[in-house]
Amino acid sequence: MLGKLNWDAVPWHEPIPMIASGTVALVILGVIAWVVLGGHLPYLWREWITSVDHKRIGVMYVLLACVMLLRGFADAVMMRSQHAVAFKAAGFLPPEHYNQIFSAHGTIMIFFGAMPFVIGLMNFVVPLQLGVRDVAFPTLNSVGFWLTATGALLVNISLVIGEFARTGWLPYPPLSETTYSPGVGVDYYLWAVQISGVGTLIGGVNIVTTILKMRAPGMGYLRMPMFCWTALASSLLIVAAFPILTATLAMLTLDRYLGFHFFTNEAGGNPMMFMNLIWAWGHPEVYILVLPAFGIFSEVISTFSSKPLFGYRSMVAATLFICIVSFTVWLHHFFTMGAGADVNAFFGIATSIIAVGTGVKVYNWLFTMYGGRIRFDTPMLWSLGFMVTFVIGGMTGVLLAVPPADFVLHNSMFLVAHFHNVIIGGVIFAAFAGLTYWFPKAFGFRLHEGWGKAAFWFTLAGFYLTFMPLYVAGLLGMTRRMQRYDFEPWHPWMIAAALGTVVIAAGVACQIIQLVVSIRQRDRLRDVTGDPWDGRSLEWATASPPPTFNFATLPNVSAEEPYWEIKQRAREQNKLRDEPEYEEIEMPRNSPTGFVCAFFATLMGFALIWQIWWLVGLGFVGAYVTFVVFAWRDVPEYIIPAHDVALLDRQNRSARKDALSTYAGPAE
Amino acid sequence: MTAADITRGRPTGPDPYRVGHSSHGHSRAPGHGEGGPAPKRIVVAYGFWIFLLSDIVMFSAFFAAYAVLQGATAGGPTGAELFDLRITAIETACLLASSFTCGLASLSVEARKPLWFYAAMALTFVFGAAFILLEIREFIELVDKGAGPTRSAFLSAFFTLVGCHGLHVGAGLLWLLTMMAQIFAKGFRPDIVRRFMCFSLFWHALDIIWVALFTVVYLLGAGA
Amino acid sequence: MSGHEHDDYDSAPGDELRMEGDVASGFRSYVLGLGLATLLTVISFALPTTGLVWAPAVPIALVVFAIAQMGVHLVFFLHITTSPDNTNNVLALAFGVLIVFLVIGGSIWIMSHLAHNTMPMDEMMRMQR
Repeated sequence: MLGKLNWDAVPWHEPIPMIASGTVALVILGVIAWVVLGGHLPYLWREWITSVDHKRIGVMYVLLACVMLLRGFADAVMMRSQHAVAFKAAGFLPPEHYNQIFSAHGTIMIFFGAMPFVIGLMNFVVPLQLGVRDVAFPTLNSVGFWLTATGALLVNISLVIGEFARTGWLPYPPLSETTYSPGVGVDYYLWAVQISGVGTLIGGVNIVTTILKMRAPGMGYLRMPMFCWTALASSLLIVAAFPILTATLAMLTLDRYLGFHFFTNEAGGNPMMFMNLIWAWGHPEVYILVLPAFGIFSEVISTFSSKPLFGYRSMVAATLFICIVSFTVWLHHFFTMGAGADVNAFFGIATSIIAVGTGVKVYNWLFTMYGGRIRFDTPMLWSLGFMVTFVIGGMTGVLLAVPPADFVLHNSMFLVAHFHNVIIGGVIFAAFAGLTYWFPKAFGFRLHEGWGKAAFWFTLAGFYLTFMPLYVAGLLGMTRRMQRYDFEPWHPWMIAAALGTVVIAAGVACQIIQLVVSIRQRDRLRDVTGDPWDGRSLEWATASPPPTFNFATLPNVSAEEPYWEIKQRAREQNKLRDEPEYEEIEMPRNSPTGFVCAFFATLMGFALIWQIWWLVGLGFVGAYVTFVVFAWRDVPEYIIPAHDVALLDRQNRSARKDALSTYAGPAE
Repeated sequence: MTAADITRGRPTGPDPYRVGHSSHGHSRAPGHGEGGPAPKRIVVAYGFWIFLLSDIVMFSAFFAAYAVLQGATAGGPTGAELFDLRITAIETACLLASSFTCGLASLSVEARKPLWFYAAMALTFVFGAAFILLEIREFIELVDKGAGPTRSAFLSAFFTLVGCHGLHVGAGLLWLLTMMAQIFAKGFRPDIVRRFMCFSLFWHALDIIWVALFTVVYLLGAGA
Repeated sequence: MSGHEHDDYDSAPGDELRMEGDVASGFRSYVLGLGLATLLTVISFALPTTGLVWAPAVPIALVVFAIAQMGVHLVFFLHITTSPDNTNNVLALAFGVLIVFLVIGGSIWIMSHLAHNTMPMDEMMRMQR
């Protein structure tokens, strides 16, 4: 009846997961109680859960990402403190638990932290920058988000019911085959990633279509903001790479569930084929994350240097170059597998070449700042921190791209330090820069500057204190994924890294305080005009927060920096452009399809993990019926009358008129 | 402005996406150059096209696995010993015929001829179902012979690759029936027609994958 | 509908570029596609048995005919053409094809080198004999 599920699945006797999950459960129950008792449920259902508005969905993606980043950070704190105390001792985490923690940390940070953050920002920003009213497929967008949330939920359920994978964030066979991992841990991983992968794919298709087919009049390809270009490249990579992940994990699933022999040691199976296929997804994945990050920095650096982006076209070329070449470097993740000198040389050279594209970008950012009037607001600080940190990470990356060096350094703490160097220094810094930069657009008030700056400095210092020691430990021969060690010279570096984690934790605390303080002082931090940073692209042309329909009339784009041009003209003539003729607007209606679908997907995923087959069938039929019901609806859109459009737009116009009258020329 | 224009989603009268803008000066194609957002019909079909490409990339991973594991028979039967090309030929004929009848269904949608549409779709279903049944029969025979997917890595890869295509055809059949029901209930409404367009793209794409499949798996496998 | 208005829009994948309501020409295109596809299929199935092609070249010939047939399907059934309003569709297709070749070709290349380098000793001996 319940497959493999029984009472023993809950780790009653292990204090750490029980306390952790108890706390989480209490928090969740508290939030639910507050929502229900406070009467917020109808509002939440109407305005958020069933929303198909790209802005709302983007915000929910980012919220999910922030929660999961905290969860992943908790894992990181445990690992660093384990290493600080596990010198010639057992530490406080038993091996099987430690293995679950590093697996969960990687899985959560990549799939449920970084990915939703990046996709959320793309969702929120891209249609606004393109000057359109919505994404190409609003309802599917909501389905994509809720499927991602399903994956995150499944990973968190594994904390309480059963276990998580002990195989690392990529479940390498034969370790991940049933012979060596008979429990449900790997199954949790497989289904969580598989379901959220479908969500990601939907998001990718959506953004590609939006960018290629829906742009404001006059917005030719070479007038799109840089962030849109990087979002396009990243989404193309999603579309091209995620199916490989789906197929590869499906093969592993077949091995585990039906006794197939893709990656087993017996019957001709080839475990190395798994490394090959998973990295054919895995390397593009790195660029899926970091390309939008580059886009965010391009926007931020240009805005806060008060200058157009230097070398826009070379930036576009570099982005597309990276997009294609990222598919020809995947073997550098397994140089030591034994494919031989010819193959290693090719992929080593390709890996070094891809760094050229990034180099072009770094110089472009530097030249954008050169001669500009730079404002050191929080987003700009994150960008500067990125440029220094990412270059160091890039250099160690090029070092690892040399096969002989890789033979020495592979699987060591040096590698761990390298990829944290680029992912934290690249993606996470970008996520925070983007969060601070676009927060006023999303909510109508800025984040508190002081706490933001404190968060930046703590995070930056903590980052160096944590990961520079790991480079050293790696060079001293320390391998990754060790639960304990008894080699004296590593110990001080591990203690240093643990201290660094404490400093990062202070940065995290600052961010949370920043959020609370900003909400409390929202009236003081209010963004009245919708253009708090003196921005240059179209998202700043509308109110903050933007109305559902984004733009009362679609902007007419006639230059590379569309909003800057409009603003300059207004400043020169000392008046806004004439009030347009407002017309009624059609917008897509809300739909619970995404939420209901994800509900059934959660049931199905859970049932598949525990092999409760009747529930699998129920979940599948439920999801199918949901789609048919959705397909049967007759009125997909609703009309916003011209009167309402005019009302909202006039408010914003009057605020902008006031701002224009107090404008006293460029600040010196 | 003809009825076909309306169902094609081409702007009729004031275009909801281009409010406040006269059309002069924007003669270039929408979504292509600088003319503003493309009509829905193009957006939907293009999005589905992108999805199909991702599906094909997924198949490429299965193809890669098959190509690499082809020789890993672990002492078990090889493709040359197992494949019956006559069955494959009949399956191919079924799928090709269904692709053709699906094309006829598209034409009857264009011409707004419901009866022709139902007939063509029914034929498509029959051919598709025949394909699936033949494939299932082939699978059962192989398993009975002791050449199931658990026998060797080669057979795992074979069953997965061919079975994945079969699953797609099965999903296509489910979609086909849903599509017929939708046209029956809603008529040739623009959104339904767009959905049908996606279905026909899907169905034709499955045939393209089958071409790669029968060549790489059956013809090359039987010869090797 | 005039040809000029056609030029105002991209075509969607699967769109047939012909005069409105001209079902007959659409039908002809499908029949032509069916004929060509059938011809290529028959050739492919017959090729290994007839011996018309030099035996070692058969696999290559089969691949060539398969690619040709995919092209026929693309043009006559999916209506993907080289006309300018199809640029976006063709570019997307080209990107997909590139990835497919990189994944399949790369995997085969990498794994064959691996198999060669990690061949068990006894097997290597047998091959040298």
